[in-house]
Amino acid sequence: MTAPPFFLQQMNMETGLEQPATTADPSTVLQRGVRLDSIFRGATLVTALLVFAAVISIVIMLYIGAYPALHKFGLGFLFSTAWNPVTEDFGALVSIFGTLVTSAIALLIAVPVSFGIALFITQIAPDWLKRPIGTAIELLAAIPSIIYGMWGLFVLAPLLADYIQPWVTEHLGAWPLVGVLFQGPPMGIGMFTAGLILAIMVIPFIAAVMRDVFEVVPPVLKESAYGLGATTWEVVWNIVLPYTRVGVVGGIMLGLGRALGETMAVTFVIGNAQRISPSLFMPGSTISSALANEFTEAVGQMYTSSLIALGLILFLITFIVLALARLLLMRLAAREGTHS
Amino acid sequence: MSIYFRRRLINAFNLTVSVLATLFGLFWLVWLLWTLLSNGLPWLDQRIFTEITPPPGSSGGLSNAIIGSLIMTAMGVVLGTPIGILAGTYLSEFSRASKFAPVVRFVNDILLSAPSIIIGVFIYEVMVVNMGHFSAWAGSVALALIMLPVVVRTTEDMLRLVPDSMREAAAALGAPQWKVVTMVVYRAARAGMLTGVMLGLARISGETAPLLFTALNNQFASTNLNQPIANLPVVIFQFAMSPYEDWHHLAWAGALLITFTILLLNILARILLRSRNLSN
Repeated sequence: MTAPPFFLQQMNMETGLEQPATTADPSTVLQRGVRLDSIFRGATLVTALLVFAAVISIVIMLYIGAYPALHKFGLGFLFSTAWNPVTEDFGALVSIFGTLVTSAIALLIAVPVSFGIALFITQIAPDWLKRPIGTAIELLAAIPSIIYGMWGLFVLAPLLADYIQPWVTEHLGAWPLVGVLFQGPPMGIGMFTAGLILAIMVIPFIAAVMRDVFEVVPPVLKESAYGLGATTWEVVWNIVLPYTRVGVVGGIMLGLGRALGETMAVTFVIGNAQRISPSLFMPGSTISSALANEFTEAVGQMYTSSLIALGLILFLITFIVLALARLLLMRLAAREGTHS
Repeated sequence: MSIYFRRRLINAFNLTVSVLATLFGLFWLVWLLWTLLSNGLPWLDQRIFTEITPPPGSSGGLSNAIIGSLIMTAMGVVLGTPIGILAGTYLSEFSRASKFAPVVRFVNDILLSAPSIIIGVFIYEVMVVNMGHFSAWAGSVALALIMLPVVVRTTEDMLRLVPDSMREAAAALGAPQWKVVTMVVYRAARAGMLTGVMLGLARISGETAPLLFTALNNQFASTNLNQPIANLPVVIFQFAMSPYEDWHHLAWAGALLITFTILLLNILARILLRSRNLSN
């Protein structure tokens, strides 16, 4: 026996009419509601637990998979540059180095550009232009990373090899100290190309966060500064930026988290060489590109386990960076709450 | 006067740089899309949709990869959406005073930004190793796991936008909470929730890294979920990395197909969200 539809129950309640003989008496309807309530509540709780369990089991499974390598190499795994499948001697330093260097290049390019974009959208652009520009920049984030990789390999790398890199090597390569960064044959692929593509990929993330936090600055603060005769730039640099500093750093960390874990685009253009070279134009390897290239071809337990250990390291690095990012953004949100 | 002039000059210079930065961002988007159109469009003919991936040197299409991608993406959506919506409902409706909810929210954010290749390694260890072979199932679960946090996040955000007075009005009529949620809150937030699903769909349509270790690839047309299955991203990866010219052409055509599908999904999701916001 089924209960009457919702609207009928409502009608009965509203009009106080006697219930039709076919319906259950009110107490059973109530009981049924209570029972379904706890089922529904239980189901949502279970799914929430599932999300929690998924992340916990990712960590546990990565640890189990990495255990043989971590057990064999110990902490030295982090500092060894070895990567020899034949002698089964592995170390993570080359991949960690590549991951950190490419991400650093990416942030070096992406942060000022993102700041410029956020500044343009929030302070300069006329209202009708804000949304289209914002959407176009966000669409950069929607393009799959494999597309960036293909474009990087077939279009960007040859251009860099033919025009940009020879010029840079000729003009900067002889400088003391920094010159060594720009030496080497112009191949187009390598750490710099990977970093540049990563920069384009994280610009939309950083710019979106910057734009959002710039918009929470109370107008009265900006208007006071304008009232004192400040220029737009002075308002942005002395009022908006200090007020949103925490959020801006949070956004940069969010972008960094993206850059660290990005796989396909980097795999196409980094060159996949297991060595550390001082030049940014030389091929290298990142944690994610090593995984993408070698995981399915890895033979032997130690090889696979070392790759999973790389994955575990990557997960822990991104976890720390993202946790910091969230923390900073939460702090800004809390402050915004007290002001409004 | 000179200080005034200097301030004006700095202002003008920095604002110009800001405009240039925006143009710099847009420049890459235009260049990428132009590359895709000019390299992909000439090869995008009906054979792409009717013939399977060829060995190098002979003609063919991408039909098996397209079908495989559609199957796995659909499975990912079917697995990920209900779980995501329920978990988002928990965060928004049933956990207002709970200490567990912030933990779930944080963990969900971690999952949202975790490198997708890690998800691939995880599913490889859990499913592929235990089953003994790569399979479309493993690929689907990996995609579902990547979509899940997107849906959780948007569902929670959208449900929170529904004013409490609507919940209270329904509760005052005697509706039990599950009815309040499913018949009042869900209806009010329907467009927003659909947006979340579409954004999740857009996210998983182009995912490559997790599929490398889970679904792998298949030269032949297969709809067997227990076997490796061809899919567009991995085919594009393999074909683009190969030395064969005609494989490159197919890779560009596939790249064009996948990118414009995703851009379309994104734009549709935005329009949906905007029309909802305007109607409020």
